[in-house]
Amino acid sequence: MIHFVLLISRQGKVRLTKWYSPYSQKERTKVIREISGLMLHRGPKLCNFVEWGGLKVVYKRYASLYFCMCIDPEDNELETLEVIHHFVEILDRYFGSVSEQLYFLNLAYYILDELVIAGEIQESSKKTVARLISAQDSLVEAAKEEASSISNIIAQATK
Amino acid sequence: MAGPSMMETLFQRTLEDLIKGMRLQLIGESAFISKAVEEIRREIKSTDLHTKSIALQKLTYLNSLHDVDMSWAAFHAVECMSSSRFADKRIGYVAASQSFNESTPVLLLITNQLRKDLTSVNEHEASLALECLAKIGTVDLARDLTPEVFTLLSSSKVFVRKKSIGVTMRVFEKYPDAVRVCFKRLVENLESSDPQSLSATVGVFCELAAKDPLSYLPLAPEFYRILVDSKNNWVLIKVLKIFARLAPLEPRLAKKVTEPICEHMRRTGAKSLMFECVRTVVGSLSEYESAVKLAVVKIRELLLEDDPNLKYLGLHALSIVAPKHSWAVLENKEVVIKSLSDEDANIKLESLRLVMAMVSESNIIEISRVLVHYALKSDPEFCNEILGSILSTCSRNFYEIVMDFDWYVSLLGEMSRTPHCQKSEEIEFQLIDVGMRVRDARPELVRLARSLLIDPALLGNPFLHRILSAAAWVSGEYVEFSLNPFELAEALIQPRASLLPTSIRVVYLQSVFKILIFCVNSYLSQTETLADLEPEVPDSISQRENSEASDLASVRALFEREHDEAFNPGVLDRPSTDNSIEDIGNAADGDGQTSTFVSFRKNGFTRESIVNLVNLVEVAMRPLSVSLEVEMLERTCNILGLIEVLKRELPAVFQNEKVLEKEELEVLKLIKLMNDAFSEELGPVSTSAQERVPIPDGLVLKDNLADLDEVMGDVKLPSSSSFSLESPYNGQRMDPASCNVQSKEDSEASSESTSLLAEHRKRHGLYYLPSEGNGTISNDYPPANDLKSGDTNQDDTEDFVKLTAQSLVSKKKPNYAKPRPVVVKLDEGESVPVVLKKRDSRDDLLSGAVRDILLGDDAVKLSSSIKGKEKVNADPLDSKENMHDMENSSHRKSSSRRSKQRPHRKERGQTNPEKLGVEKEEHGGKVKSKSSHRHGRQKSRQKAEGSSDIIAETPVIPDFLL
Repeated sequence: MIHFVLLISRQGKVRLTKWYSPYSQKERTKVIREISGLMLHRGPKLCNFVEWGGLKVVYKRYASLYFCMCIDPEDNELETLEVIHHFVEILDRYFGSVSEQLYFLNLAYYILDELVIAGEIQESSKKTVARLISAQDSLVEAAKEEASSISNIIAQATK
Repeated sequence: MAGPSMMETLFQRTLEDLIKGMRLQLIGESAFISKAVEEIRREIKSTDLHTKSIALQKLTYLNSLHDVDMSWAAFHAVECMSSSRFADKRIGYVAASQSFNESTPVLLLITNQLRKDLTSVNEHEASLALECLAKIGTVDLARDLTPEVFTLLSSSKVFVRKKSIGVTMRVFEKYPDAVRVCFKRLVENLESSDPQSLSATVGVFCELAAKDPLSYLPLAPEFYRILVDSKNNWVLIKVLKIFARLAPLEPRLAKKVTEPICEHMRRTGAKSLMFECVRTVVGSLSEYESAVKLAVVKIRELLLEDDPNLKYLGLHALSIVAPKHSWAVLENKEVVIKSLSDEDANIKLESLRLVMAMVSESNIIEISRVLVHYALKSDPEFCNEILGSILSTCSRNFYEIVMDFDWYVSLLGEMSRTPHCQKSEEIEFQLIDVGMRVRDARPELVRLARSLLIDPALLGNPFLHRILSAAAWVSGEYVEFSLNPFELAEALIQPRASLLPTSIRVVYLQSVFKILIFCVNSYLSQTETLADLEPEVPDSISQRENSEASDLASVRALFEREHDEAFNPGVLDRPSTDNSIEDIGNAADGDGQTSTFVSFRKNGFTRESIVNLVNLVEVAMRPLSVSLEVEMLERTCNILGLIEVLKRELPAVFQNEKVLEKEELEVLKLIKLMNDAFSEELGPVSTSAQERVPIPDGLVLKDNLADLDEVMGDVKLPSSSSFSLESPYNGQRMDPASCNVQSKEDSEASSESTSLLAEHRKRHGLYYLPSEGNGTISNDYPPANDLKSGDTNQDDTEDFVKLTAQSLVSKKKPNYAKPRPVVVKLDEGESVPVVLKKRDSRDDLLSGAVRDILLGDDAVKLSSSIKGKEKVNADPLDSKENMHDMENSSHRKSSSRRSKQRPHRKERGQTNPEKLGVEKEEHGGKVKSKSSHRHGRQKSRQKAEGSSDIIAETPVIPDFLL
């Protein structure tokens, strides 16, 4: 299974973390530090797998972002690379292009949730994910509109 | 209240504002964050849920990327979760799944909320709740929400169903009883026409089977169908993983799946699937020759790719094949060897592992040589990686694969001289260990020790100090094998030795002491016996003197070089050193015949040489006698004391008189005694040595200390993993008497252990070493260099690749000029604890929560399946067993359903007694063949769907459990 997903920028800034195995806050910090140290120091033409503490880290760089997933040693590395690519394609489809857009990183969580549950890949269809996300978006928008209408705010404030 | 709330709502910074602000901030990130958190703390208290959720969202963001604590906001997360607006709810759920853990107190509050959302008509809400449950599910949550998850497992909305399938894994893990409720529906999803549900289900089974394959064996036909029918690569990969775990349990299954797997391997264009097929074949189906051949062809394709990923995976796959099919590695040896110098550290490591996996007693010499050369060329990290793996491979199981210890000792020497070598601790240990265990290796060890000790350059490298310590100990302990003890002594007291840390200098000093005693003793006993012969051999003596003198001269040169380099000799007093050099220099007129020590050992101890040695040592020791280090001080004083005794009691020697006086014989005896004490052999000590000491009568040992065993149990284990030996330094520090006792015990122990070596000896046809009579090497012992040149006369300049290629190919055992020397192993006890420990840890690894419940052990199975027949209702008290019944029965169900499904769709939920019986037998785990038999029958049913089977199944009993 996937233990965690990290997105780290080339400068070592963390852009997204998602943990599927229980890690305490302290461990999370340590893991991020170790993994970014491992990944960022590797040259561009080396293989995308790193053994790390009995597990395997599969990473790939897209633009200035490192996408990284940590898997069990017996899991399929190439499949994980495909999953990463899949994720990136969905993000691409949704945002136009994968870059460090501001809103992107927050929504990426929801997209990842549609893709992976309990550390297992869920949805192999890009179209479905896009459809689900936009359905959720419209739900959110509806709620937002309701919330941000002035009358609503006044009602809230004066109640 | 109204005022601030409204202001906050209107002017609250959104997450986007926060991120933007963070990128543009000028006040420093941490300051910015703490300010933002302050703001969030204020906003989150708002009564307006929207404001609250935005604040929570910001906090979640800061927590995930900047490690801001958010445990204090747990209750706010619960509030947001309960919002009726999807936007707020989603934020709440994300925050909860990110920050909640088992110990979060508010977990108790969310059960109902989760239940409500799981049953919501809005599929997105249900999906949020599922995602959250998958992340934070606790035992309680899993138990309470099992019914809802069960309902969702057959939801008509694929989107929700597949998520609920994913969640079952977490639920099972936390609350194994849920298996009783959900397993059937989960299995049904294996037949789902919807690819997403199927994929999710296979994923769950893949994880479950990883923990406990045996329980899922009955589902094999379902998986087989997927393997043949599915077009989805990701599903196929998961199914292959399941088969990789099931196949070793059931040979017939392995036979059946081999063909479809090969078919996939041939046909697929996807490298991931192809690699998975390869891995399955080499890992679990390695006895199917044709499949393995195909897999190796594919591996070769991977190896020849330019993509480093594929190359790495190819090497990885090769290392899985290597133990069973070494030919696969031989076929690809060039690639493997070339990969040793790949730019990617991962690939290098993988190929190193592969090379080490190929090592056998016939090729270890070649492979080690190639690797050490690679170590010279590679970066420090990889260099040590190489050295470490050579050391651990060669020392495995008491140097099992080392046939030629002379070679191994010189390899150790070569490794210590490798730049960047940081394995000195291991080399130190092995030098001493080999010395103690392998008698025949001692001459070569002393030779190596000499070459290490006399090289002043090595003293400056702190990484080598441990090795030098071992060399010094070896030179003192086995000085009788030395061609030139004087040289050793001089090397040990060279001025640069002051660079060494005290702990190692004391070893040097003790060795000097031993060498001194040895030389004096040899000289005295020789004069005693050869006094009459002396006049007859003046020529040889003078020649020897010459050569010795030249040797001394070289030492002098060494001293002078030290001084020329303006090197600070530390505690050594410079003028006195110079004096000593003058002293030595007197005799020197070096004509360069240093190498003619033909009979030196027999009668090479001339009076002058002894006097010189004694003087030299004395001069070198004087300054040390005021050392502040107690250890050094004491040992220095010992040496000086000895010298004093010698000078006072043996004026004959020191004042040029040739005849030995009668009264001097007492000193002779003393020296002899000390020499004997030192030449008693130190042996390896078994960890169980203490147990062999007989307990004196009347000594009560066990009564009150019985429970110490428990306390010490775990303390003892680690030390036994690496065999402990008597620290050489301790042994040296002992006074002669106790040293005697010690070594007597040792030799006793080793003589006992020899009986255990009987079979070993038989195999190798070795002569056996008596436990008495140390230091006598057999005369027919061929010099190490001869052997080496005869056996492996390869030129160093030859291509390494070629070399290894040869060594890898040569399967025949090389003809050794001599049998393998005896390696002293003490007893079985030495290695047994290690094995036991390994087994324990493996058990630990396997003890996953699911496995405990699903598998139990065979005994539990048997009893539970019997109970399953008798008892119908679930008893909450032994839920474990009941759960197990459930498990069994669901398997029973599924398999019977499967075998019947086409002809008898309606008979679901029923099973026949005969089958139940067989099932029980299988789970009794007694007769393996029985289970395979049953399995075979199942398969034949699947194929033929014969009517006789259907008839046999007609007498059905109702299944109470489902």
